[in-house]
Amino acid sequence: MTCLPASTEKKLGLVIDLDTCVGCQACVTSCKEWNTGGEMAPLTDVDPYGGDVDGVWFNRVHSYEHQTESGSSTVHFPRSCLHCEKPACVTVCPTGASYKRSSDGIVLIDESKCIGCKLCSWACPYGAREFDTSVGVMKKCTLCIDRIYNENIAEEDRVPACVAACPTSARHFGDLGDPDSAISQLVDRRSGVELMPELGYKPTNRYLPPRERTSNFGSAAPALQPLQAEGGFLGWVDRMLSRQ
Amino acid sequence: MSRDWLRAANSSPSQRPLSVSAPNEKDGVETSPAVSDRIAKTTCYMCACRCGIDVHVKDGVIRYINGNKDHPVNRGVICGKGSAGIMQHYSPARLRKPLLRTGPRGSGAFREIEWDEALSIATQRLSQIRATEPRKLAFFTGRDQSQSLTGWWASKFGTPNYAAHGGFCSVNMAAGGLYTVGGSFWEFGEPDWDRTKYFMIFGVAEDHDSNPIKIGLGKLKARGAKVVSVNPCRTGYNAIADDWIGIRPGTDGLFVLALVHELLRAGKIDLEYIAAYTNAAHLVIQNPGGADDGLFLRGPGDLPLIWDSERNVAVDAHNADVRPVLTGSYLIDGRRCVPVFQLMAERYLDEAYSPDVVAERCGVDAATIRRIAAELAHVAFEEAIELPVAWTGTNGRRHASMRGRPISMHAMRGISAHTNGFHTCRAIHLLQVLLGTVDVPGGFRFKPPFPKEPPPGPKPAGKDGGRAMTPLSGMPLGFVSGPEDLLVDDNGGPIRIDKAYSWEAPLAAHGLMHTVIRNAWVGDPYPIDTLFLYMANMAWNSSMNTVDTIRMLTDKDGSGEYRIPYIIYSDAYYSETVAFADLVLPDTTYLERHDCISLLDRPVSHADGPGDAIRQPVIDPDRDVRAFQTVLIDLGARLGLPGFVNDDGSAKYRDYADYIVNHERSPGIGPLAGWRSEDGSAEGRGAPNPGQLQRYIDNGGFWHHELADEQRFYKMANKSYLDFARHMGFVEKPEPIIFQLYSEPLQKFRLAAEGHGDLVPPPDHRERLKAYMDPLPFWYEPFEDSSSEKGRFPLHALTQRPMHMYHSWGGQNAWLRQITSQNRLFMHRKTAAALGLADDDWVWIESANGRVKGQIRLVDGVNPQTVWTWNAIGKRRGAWGLKDDAAESNRSFLLNHIIGDRLSGDSRYSNSDPVTGQAAWFDLRVRIEKCLPQEIGFTEPRFDRQAQPPHFPQPAESLSFGAQFRGRSVPPA
Repeated sequence: MTCLPASTEKKLGLVIDLDTCVGCQACVTSCKEWNTGGEMAPLTDVDPYGGDVDGVWFNRVHSYEHQTESGSSTVHFPRSCLHCEKPACVTVCPTGASYKRSSDGIVLIDESKCIGCKLCSWACPYGAREFDTSVGVMKKCTLCIDRIYNENIAEEDRVPACVAACPTSARHFGDLGDPDSAISQLVDRRSGVELMPELGYKPTNRYLPPRERTSNFGSAAPALQPLQAEGGFLGWVDRMLSRQ
Repeated sequence: MSRDWLRAANSSPSQRPLSVSAPNEKDGVETSPAVSDRIAKTTCYMCACRCGIDVHVKDGVIRYINGNKDHPVNRGVICGKGSAGIMQHYSPARLRKPLLRTGPRGSGAFREIEWDEALSIATQRLSQIRATEPRKLAFFTGRDQSQSLTGWWASKFGTPNYAAHGGFCSVNMAAGGLYTVGGSFWEFGEPDWDRTKYFMIFGVAEDHDSNPIKIGLGKLKARGAKVVSVNPCRTGYNAIADDWIGIRPGTDGLFVLALVHELLRAGKIDLEYIAAYTNAAHLVIQNPGGADDGLFLRGPGDLPLIWDSERNVAVDAHNADVRPVLTGSYLIDGRRCVPVFQLMAERYLDEAYSPDVVAERCGVDAATIRRIAAELAHVAFEEAIELPVAWTGTNGRRHASMRGRPISMHAMRGISAHTNGFHTCRAIHLLQVLLGTVDVPGGFRFKPPFPKEPPPGPKPAGKDGGRAMTPLSGMPLGFVSGPEDLLVDDNGGPIRIDKAYSWEAPLAAHGLMHTVIRNAWVGDPYPIDTLFLYMANMAWNSSMNTVDTIRMLTDKDGSGEYRIPYIIYSDAYYSETVAFADLVLPDTTYLERHDCISLLDRPVSHADGPGDAIRQPVIDPDRDVRAFQTVLIDLGARLGLPGFVNDDGSAKYRDYADYIVNHERSPGIGPLAGWRSEDGSAEGRGAPNPGQLQRYIDNGGFWHHELADEQRFYKMANKSYLDFARHMGFVEKPEPIIFQLYSEPLQKFRLAAEGHGDLVPPPDHRERLKAYMDPLPFWYEPFEDSSSEKGRFPLHALTQRPMHMYHSWGGQNAWLRQITSQNRLFMHRKTAAALGLADDDWVWIESANGRVKGQIRLVDGVNPQTVWTWNAIGKRRGAWGLKDDAAESNRSFLLNHIIGDRLSGDSRYSNSDPVTGQAAWFDLRVRIEKCLPQEIGFTEPRFDRQAQPPHFPQPAESLSFGAQFRGRSVPPA
């Protein structure tokens, strides 16, 4: 079994805005594109042009409907590793392949130690682990560890590929351990939530819930009243224009 | 913090790097692997959005593609399609070499030939046509971005039978906008995302302007602006709207005119704006039955007149000193005249447009319609904004500031793809104008080179039908202003093979590509010799009535010859249509080519300034393929077309890149506007610059000019902007652009239908023209809704494009097809329950035109009278490099099979808008029936497998793309 660091210097993670996500899959394919040539390369696709196509993806978006107080709504829900503070996927790992970095809190896999036993994928309640059958090892989101510190790319681009791609700015990256970071403040402001906190794994990533739909936005907009002007509407037009 | 802190990874200020060095974790992770050897900046082509991309290349292979942060379209972001560009570029469905058909059409039996042979065959055939009857060449291109070249080529060849795909895409939006405000949604306009407070989006899935809309929605959400979606389907953008109005398909025009009704009734319209920028004051002659009825009263110089109430005379509408009169009725030189506005008020104040009357038909309750009207009025008039920017009007009047009414709108396919789409689009523009929201801060803004005079010039060429060895007098596509501009023969019959600009589709500004195959097959109006297509899947998802279309492509006459004698097709991929070609000219991928995204065509401008862009070859092709535009230029030279050869007969342009730099459409104006003149110092106008492409490459693949602050709004009447537009060649004269709420060109067609004028329609077209060429926007039932079959087919059926797919292209993409490889029919739970259907059931979807089989998915977020599915997921077996067991050809279905290409109520006409000829994909009505147990599990109809071309690679069993880029040690085997 693998130990966790008592604490981490930073808690790097993502904040995902479910109010803004339109489910366009940009984060999904940009993640695939970066990571299939990145730290855990490749993200193998089996039967890519056939009937049993299946591949390794670190990030997937699910679209579904659910019932709220104001009725049914459609939610686009991007799902990837939450880089938990108490990740069960690490503690169940018999070889130390899965580990949590003490510096930035990123949960990674050392493939050279992975024996492909899949205990971690059974342990993760969030379904964030992806088994690559072609090499027999487990793979997962690295939070683009080969981008966020990468001195070979422009500083402004050192964010996870999914964040850089996101067209609606629904994805945010930063240190959730620093209450003053922009991302922590965003979570405060929008009452961000962890997924399934009752399980006790303390996910780092946060989701910003959909805002209340403002179909009564028009409370400031009084109902329109028909013109009571002399001569009706056309009389009103004449008087309005002759005032100018 | 060494860099400009305002700049982040993309357009969002919230997406910031950490700006720290890698911590010393000592876990052996390589945190700074080299990404690539080089980065090429070019333009994406995973859809028509034209975003800037940075393509990272390592060891000659594409490693990664991200958005170009400086690019005016996408500002660093990239979509789900663009991020999967690698898999498109390396698709196993790429064509490899020119092909000549060896088996029956449609079988896919080909042999490879050399380019010389392919071009000789094409040249021989085309030169024979040109020497005899050039109109026998029908040249239609698909979703290409080189229409200023392809149209010019057709013109020089001498055939009027040319168009691109706009007729089956969104010509209702283009024409509706261009005839009304002189711009349009998407291509020629955009919401003021930074200032709008209330955004209405009608009928939009991922149709157009993919990333700009997403970036914009992100900004609205960040600011707390309200988003109102009007759409039968609650997907994508509509799912995040504050208000989703699940309207019944084809009734948007009725809904919008009910809003107009409410706003007029309450006096919540911007009269000052209407008087200043529209033709609302123009006097309209009221002489029922007369030849001048409904035309503008015109004075000296043929200028429209308005009423001067102080002097009680009609005066020139451009007279800035006159206070316009919008109401009343005047007897002028014995003719009764009323202002346009009076006619509008009479029409839209009618109870027929009241919320209570329209509610049931729209599927939107009257209270909601009233609430939206009240919100619009509130935001427009109580939350107006003011930019402290002084500007001068074309009338010389100085304004101290720019006032804005912060309401913006966007509309697309859900509006355009109905037989009432043109008028519905005009109704939306009418609503925008009445609220004073067009090209004002917070409103809908024009993208230069627009606005232009509505409608813009020039007229379509080809009236004589094309003559041997003679170029047309101009470009084949244009904008008609009245019957005199139509392309009809002495009997009133169509001159073009697609019947564009005929009495059947007078304002067909983009042609009617969707009618070409049937018309060519029937020989109506005449038989053709060669159908030359580029990049349009006309044997599959780009045609209506696919089953019959395939039959027409393969049908033979009594002598055993194909009724469409010859088909030349160019595409980069092995689509369904390739199998039906006699000669295949393989195109490159978008990363292997030059292109220009030109101001002469569909540029990359945004509202703050014009822009254009290029593509540059990033990777050399590893197949024997050539860029289609280079091939077309080569063919032009081989045929000796004027403009394509020098005086000595030699080729004028080496290839497309040479043409992009050196072609001049008029003196000083060429395909690219940036870095013109010898030294690259000129913008817009200037001599060709041999170093121009390099300047584009050095600048990141695009050119963009930022307008001065005083030029950014009120472009329709902004002196400084219009002077600039004149310099750039966007407009001929720096004169105000008057919004045409009342469209006189339409009335001219109506008068012709009443028998007035030199050119009158054949009697059997007259009633239709009288009904639909109405000079004011109105709503009528989509034609299939009023057909006698309505009762048998109670449900509306639509398609939407998924955000991660671009038509049929996406299905060949190893990554994108993992997201969607089977399309379901989405259906409201209540509707399904009433039919005894459960989730996942297999059903027959039946229309008047046939039936297809697919699987349902039940949802709440859809109008209960509507079913819908994802577009173009279904494929023919053997196409697109997919294996025979792919879901696309076994379980997916194509709704096109059951969309009739003729009106079911009147088969003389194509299934198109009667004004523009836009394909009415979304008029479809169906009924749903549960499959028998033995019918489940596979789609129908299914088609014979198309054979693979020679030397086609077998699809890989497994793909480990990217393994070669891995920075750290390889994992254990």
